[in-house]
Amino acid sequence: MVRADGADATRASAAAIEIRRLVKWYGSQPALRGIDLDVAPGEILALFGPNGAGKTTLLRILAGLVRQTSGTVTVAGQPLDRDYNGVRRAMGVLAHGHQLYEGLSATENLTFAAAMLGLDGPSERVAQILLRVGLEAAASSSVRTFSSGMKRRLALGKLMLREPRVILLDEPYASLDLQATKLLEEFLMASKIKGATTVLATHNLTMGFGVADRLAILRQGRLVFEARREETSLEAFRSLFALHGELGEVE
Amino acid sequence: MTFARRVMAIARKDLLAEWRNRESFTAMFSFAFLVLFLFNFALGGDQTLIRGASSGLLWLAFTFTSVLGLARSVQGELENDCLDGLLLYPVEREAIYLGKLLGNFMVILLVEVVIFPLFAVLYNMDLWAKLPRLLLIAVPGTLGFAVAGTLLSTMTASLRAREAMLPFLLFPLTIPLILSAVRGTEVVLLGEPFELAVPWLKLMAAFDTVFLVASLLTFEYLVEE
Amino acid sequence: MIGRGLERALGILALIGLVTGLYSAFVYAPPDAVQGEVQRIMYLHVPLILVSYLAFFVVFVASILYLARRRERHDAIAHSSAEVGVLFTALAIAAGSIWGRPTWGTWWTWDARLTTTTILLLIFIGYLMLRALVDDPSRGAVFSAVLGIIGFLDVPIIHMSVVWWRTLHQPASVLRPGPSTVAPDMQVALYTNLAAFVLLYGYFLAKRLRLEEARWELTRLRMEGVG
Repeated sequence: MVRADGADATRASAAAIEIRRLVKWYGSQPALRGIDLDVAPGEILALFGPNGAGKTTLLRILAGLVRQTSGTVTVAGQPLDRDYNGVRRAMGVLAHGHQLYEGLSATENLTFAAAMLGLDGPSERVAQILLRVGLEAAASSSVRTFSSGMKRRLALGKLMLREPRVILLDEPYASLDLQATKLLEEFLMASKIKGATTVLATHNLTMGFGVADRLAILRQGRLVFEARREETSLEAFRSLFALHGELGEVE
Repeated sequence: MTFARRVMAIARKDLLAEWRNRESFTAMFSFAFLVLFLFNFALGGDQTLIRGASSGLLWLAFTFTSVLGLARSVQGELENDCLDGLLLYPVEREAIYLGKLLGNFMVILLVEVVIFPLFAVLYNMDLWAKLPRLLLIAVPGTLGFAVAGTLLSTMTASLRAREAMLPFLLFPLTIPLILSAVRGTEVVLLGEPFELAVPWLKLMAAFDTVFLVASLLTFEYLVEE
Repeated sequence: MIGRGLERALGILALIGLVTGLYSAFVYAPPDAVQGEVQRIMYLHVPLILVSYLAFFVVFVASILYLARRRERHDAIAHSSAEVGVLFTALAIAAGSIWGRPTWGTWWTWDARLTTTTILLLIFIGYLMLRALVDDPSRGAVFSAVLGIIGFLDVPIIHMSVVWWRTLHQPASVLRPGPSTVAPDMQVALYTNLAAFVLLYGYFLAKRLRLEEARWELTRLRMEGVG
């Protein structure tokens, strides 16, 4: 099978994501009404949409936290629900809540994460990461004393403990300081070069647009727009997004 | 890294977090002490009555205190989406359950170990020689409570009426434990031959085993959405 | 699918059973030598307790099946059985209480069976409350299934603990007539009523199930229409 841009798709399925007819109902409330989406390895997909559009639900299903009502999700050629832990091993998630234990120090948080990820002899790796995210000075301080930017950097550090092949980010640009933003960009670019697949959901049109290879808009559980970044400009995309927003209001 | 080490890592993380601020332990300890203190007034200051009812009073206090500890432990994971964070690791759900169970068990047991001598002082009872056997009764009872409690607190954590629901679900189920612990403690406190406590120990062991197996089998269903 | 035919058949059979049961309880069976006419409540109390345990067993099996297969059918069976179970358990306790009043002079006795049945009622009620409080129905179904399983597994342990607790403290209660210690014509009345109540349970279950299935059908249609 050869893709439109000529690349060989068979080699590419190393860390690709394939979503087919994904549906999720919470009781009688539809959250996702049939999503078809592909993300190739080395690709960054930016997902936009208003609150309640289903972005977080989609990410949570990809992360293996939520079981879909129907439809399939395939990661690196394997159906997600066949081997959750296998996929989790290869996945890195930066969630909305920073998922840090406030009573513990930065070092302790990372050491625990390393243990959970199955890393042997984690202490050098932990020290390395703390240096990389600029928290080596605050390493033994309790996370409770951190600013939100510092917390975000630590959460990012957690992500960096292993090199994830699939990266999921839910509102990564919220509460980031300048240093954290730069770190995130570097991390995403570095991972991309290594062939990792990234899905990023955000409200921040500018940042999302800037980092993405592909763009998609979700509206009330449906995919209403999808394009490669080269095919559009930021202003055009902005107006398109606003338009979809207004159509939504009328519905 | 083996399964057991992952379990220990989770338990250690919980205990470390608890040790840092000791909020949970202090709250539980104060509550248990208060309850025992209040019994004096509830039972009209009658020391004989209190001594006669002592095993029941102790376990009533421990039961309520355990619920406090269990609820707080789950709260800690719900803050900042830490439970989601735990679930995202490639770690078996059973390991998460066992780690949390171990953490809960140790904290509740620690509270009991501190309360026993305090109770003895408050009500002028000679407990020192009996402490090892009291602990022998307390361990399976507390373990059973932690086993059922860890499972149920996970269930009730996301509910609207969670403070009321956890005890309402937990207490009827753990009545065998409460009965056994009270009778067993009574045997020790009254200085009766320890063989009389053995059937109760067996009952607690049965409860612990059944519930541990059932929890290990069903925990993963509780945490997936 | 529970057809109207099955529901109606069960209803008619239950009615016949209840009428027969009433007759056997009040006319056929002789009055008790010691307790007199009041003892006839046993023909209500004992079958009700036994069917409650049956209902709980059904909850247990349906819960396991639901966790294994995730078919809404099993969840509906568990839910319906629990509701009927609460009703029958409450009635059993009420009957026991009414039996106790003229016999022992108290509305309540800490008899082992009565105590265990009350604990069963509490667990049942907790089960239904849990369902009511969880917003997402499929999550509620999973939680209830787990509770249904551990609750049922606990019942024998609860029973043993209460019996031991009682026998080590007070003589065994006289509110105990299991079929084996009862005169033959009384046994007939007992079994007749037991059968009647099982049929009644079946009827209520069928009725409730049809309601649940209709609701699920509605939700399914909505999903198709919207999706």
